Amino acid sequence: MSLDRRGFFKLAGLIAAGTAGATALPAIDQGHQAGPEPVPSHALHGKRWAMVVDLAVCRQHPGCHACIDACNTAHNIPQIPDPRHEIKWIWEEPFDNAFPSKKTPFIKPELAAGPVLLLCNHCDNPPCVRVCPTQATWKREDGVVMMDWHRCIGCRYCMAACPYGSRSFNWVDPRPYITHINPDFPTRERGVVEKCDLCQERLAIGKPPLCVEACPYQALTFGDLADEHAPVRKLLDERISIRRKPSLGTEPQVYYLV
Amino acid sequence: MYDAGKIVPGLVLFLAVVTFPFWLNVANGTSSAAPKLELPKGYTRCVEATPVMRATHMELLNRWRDLAVRHANRVFTNSNGQRYVRSLTGTCLGCHRDKKQFCDRCHGYMGVTPYCWNCHVAPKGGAQ
Repeated sequence: MSLDRRGFFKLAGLIAAGTAGATALPAIDQGHQAGPEPVPSHALHGKRWAMVVDLAVCRQHPGCHACIDACNTAHNIPQIPDPRHEIKWIWEEPFDNAFPSKKTPFIKPELAAGPVLLLCNHCDNPPCVRVCPTQATWKREDGVVMMDWHRCIGCRYCMAACPYGSRSFNWVDPRPYITHINPDFPTRERGVVEKCDLCQERLAIGKPPLCVEACPYQALTFGDLADEHAPVRKLLDERISIRRKPSLGTEPQVYYLV
Repeated sequence: MYDAGKIVPGLVLFLAVVTFPFWLNVANGTSSAAPKLELPKGYTRCVEATPVMRATHMELLNRWRDLAVRHANRVFTNSNGQRYVRSLTGTCLGCHRDKKQFCDRCHGYMGVTPYCWNCHVAPKGGAQ
């Protein structure tokens, strides 16, 4: 055997290089094509999406939960009896809880009566985004505060940062608490934070958020605040509107008509 | 090389012991028992050619995930210029309706457990 130490390593190196070369795989779908990326032409595009909730309409229909039910069903939101584990995307709270800074005695009784519809405010200056260590949540260019559940590590910093309680944590596996799973939308798993995503999956196919569509009384209006002819702008021009905790500087983009 | 008389037989013996399971499979005729996948009926081709999909579907899906979720970039143009929506549940599972007879067979054989299904809902399979 005439193979010396040097020759042995050379041979070993060659064999290793050959093996690695043979297993190299072709790269596919790098995400950039020759031309501009095709976008579904029917997607809704906006510069600053916002939601306007007409509390006066909601007050006229106590007990109506059409928007909440539609959202819960479509987004596979579990109904967990234990309030410590509950998952909320759109829900109701008493007026005083929704607007703690507006709490005042002798307020016009009808204003303080009846629950207020709450959802993620899709803030212009979202504190949840600032604190997320993995960029699992971020503000899209159209204003949607989006989540990538694939990337959420469940640290719950965002929940601590959100002043509106809009985020929920999956303490338990949610699937057993979903009566009818909608196969077109993922569920979440234990250890992931979730919240309203302004139905970005519907915006992508040219539809408004489901709660807007589900309301039988048109209490919810969705639109682009950057478009001065949008119905949301008209409503805000004509009616008195309030927002939740505006003094915090988060610039919430859900407006309530009183 | 010193002591080649001991080292070379030693190496041969070592290789024989390490590769014993493979030889045993060859002897039993089970070495080529690759999983048999049930392809969706009525479809002839996937979004890319079969060898590409077989080797790199996991990379493709990771790409699709990031582009669709993080960049709202949902239209995929394949190497033939055909366009598909980047969607696991919409596009992939639209044809591959039986996870047990397709995904699971290979994943089980390879001993991998992708966690796609912790959240994404597998179709009931069979029907359609």
